[in-house]
Amino acid sequence: MKKITIAILILCMAPFSIFAAESGMALERAPVDITDNASLKRGAESFVNYCLTCHGASYMRYNRHRDIGYTNEEILDKLVFTGQKVGDLMESAMRKKEAEEWFGVVPPDLSVIARSRGADWLYTYLKAFYRDDSTATGWNNLVFDRAAMPHVLYQLQGEQKLVVKKTDKGEEKSLSLEKPGELSSSDYDKFVADLVNYLVYLGEPHANARKKLGIEVMIFLLGMLILSYALKKEYWKDIH
Amino acid sequence: MSNLFNSMIEWIDKRFPLTSNWKAHLSEYYAPKNFNFWYFFGSLALLVLVNQLLTGIFLTMNYKPDASQAFASVEYIMRDVEYGWLIRYMHSTGASMFFVVVYLHMFRGMMYGSYRKPRELLWIIGMAIFFVLMSLAFTGYILPWGQMSYWGAQVIVSMFGAIPVIGDTLQQWLLGDFTLSDAALNRFFAYHVVTLPLILLVLVFVHILALHETGSNNPDGIEIKDNKNPQTGIPVDGIPFHPYYTVKDIVGVVVFLFVFCGIIFFAPEMGGYFLEYNNFIPANTLQTPDHIAPVWYFTPYYSMLRAVTVNFLGIDAKLWGVILMAGSVVIFCFLPWLDRSPVKSIRYKGPLFKTALALFVVSFFVLGWLGTKSPTPMYTLLAQIFTVIYFAFFILMPWYSKIDKTKPEPKRLKE
Repeated sequence: MKKITIAILILCMAPFSIFAAESGMALERAPVDITDNASLKRGAESFVNYCLTCHGASYMRYNRHRDIGYTNEEILDKLVFTGQKVGDLMESAMRKKEAEEWFGVVPPDLSVIARSRGADWLYTYLKAFYRDDSTATGWNNLVFDRAAMPHVLYQLQGEQKLVVKKTDKGEEKSLSLEKPGELSSSDYDKFVADLVNYLVYLGEPHANARKKLGIEVMIFLLGMLILSYALKKEYWKDIH
Repeated sequence: MSNLFNSMIEWIDKRFPLTSNWKAHLSEYYAPKNFNFWYFFGSLALLVLVNQLLTGIFLTMNYKPDASQAFASVEYIMRDVEYGWLIRYMHSTGASMFFVVVYLHMFRGMMYGSYRKPRELLWIIGMAIFFVLMSLAFTGYILPWGQMSYWGAQVIVSMFGAIPVIGDTLQQWLLGDFTLSDAALNRFFAYHVVTLPLILLVLVFVHILALHETGSNNPDGIEIKDNKNPQTGIPVDGIPFHPYYTVKDIVGVVVFLFVFCGIIFFAPEMGGYFLEYNNFIPANTLQTPDHIAPVWYFTPYYSMLRAVTVNFLGIDAKLWGVILMAGSVVIFCFLPWLDRSPVKSIRYKGPLFKTALALFVVSFFVLGWLGTKSPTPMYTLLAQIFTVIYFAFFILMPWYSKIDKTKPEPKRLKE
């Protein structure tokens, strides 16, 4: 009976991961640390510069970024470029109708993209663009075939080329850097890491507060457990 | 002071049966003294119910049941409402944990024969609670209006469309539209926050009334009321629910809260099982996701829905799926009459019943796992095999429970 109990508990509680990998390509592990405010700030600034033009983050307010160490003045100075107020939502500057004409689809809102795609997917995706003349944008992506988004960061990363190697098991696809960009390969990795780190923060801004409160709650429960167990023992000593 | 208190109670008792009810349901409700681990889940289900009601009230204060605003209003709760994230996670985790405790509660009943005479009605009321709970989970899951809300609901609603003759009309009547849209979101919201919780509360009340009429079963599966102290009329192996089981259940509550809060604070998505990743994408009526998977607690039934792939007996495969799915839940109601064993508890039942129950649990988990996967020929075959095992547990029960080699029941509770 004990064994059944344990087995059932394990089956109920085991946090399996079920992110579906869309393509065969293995995802790289994103170095995420949402307690690293310096990284989050770098990511936030890259985000408003490179992403917010087309994508919105329209469930997020600018002034929420005080949580990661900005003041209201710094937010207006470093994050708000469109004359919005500090308490406004981070909406995209692009009109939806025009976006559809230009890209075929409206670029998705990025507020919770890290929660649907996962950090590793985003990290790999932003590093997996390559030149492909057969697509409308001239770019393609190894983890998201025929992505509507062109390689927005190509000036930083440079241009990659697809290398297909034929092996016994089939085709093996990899990327090689053709034209270097402004950043070295390792600096580009850091840039993308900060950006993805920020996207993870953006997906759930209260995640740090959640974990902190969680530890306090656990300590409280530990006290409750001792007290309630002592109470039960006291009452039950005359039974049996 | 105590005089004032006593006279106050006296005043109330003349006008309302306070003391008599307190006695009948708590301080002089005699429960078997040998309740084990499995007997925590009734009171825990009550705890989760209260959690869902309270957090639900606060969620409705900021949630907008409008197809164009629902998704954003949930994110508003997650970001801008003070402690909104906590309330929302308590509610979303509570939904899954409700099923965890209710499944364990039902499994307890199956192990110790709690559905047997005289508790048939108690069991059936419990099943009614389970149906309402499933409806609550379904209507609640639509509300965030993400991709899985939308397409999961689409699958469930299309099941009504599979019913012959009236199917299409019934589906339109349920949706208030030709497709799943704002009209449906509004009415499902109404069901989720008013209709179903009211029904659930009444049923839970009736469930407890019925329990206190028959008295609780126990791990030995014998009636403590058959052995009363001739002087006092109190069951010899019974102890007052209050204070003994109230203080014991508090320990159970605290242990449960470790798990519950552990999930809320450290893994609210539970690896994509409690909050599905695709549900963080707003509902898109034009884009069907590659892979639609219901939340984990519905996956065993979803597997059975998909298991039938051929038409037979003149009935469409899809309708067979619906019949099997509905049957897989309804069949629980017949357990009291399917079990022909001379003993109630698994402790005294023979190897046949134990094997059957173990196979049933395995098939439930395998079907649940398969329900999260995209169907392949291999998976479909597995789903078919385990669907047969699932139903065989019930359909063959009158036979194997009767011929099984049981052990004699004791006269008094052990331990």
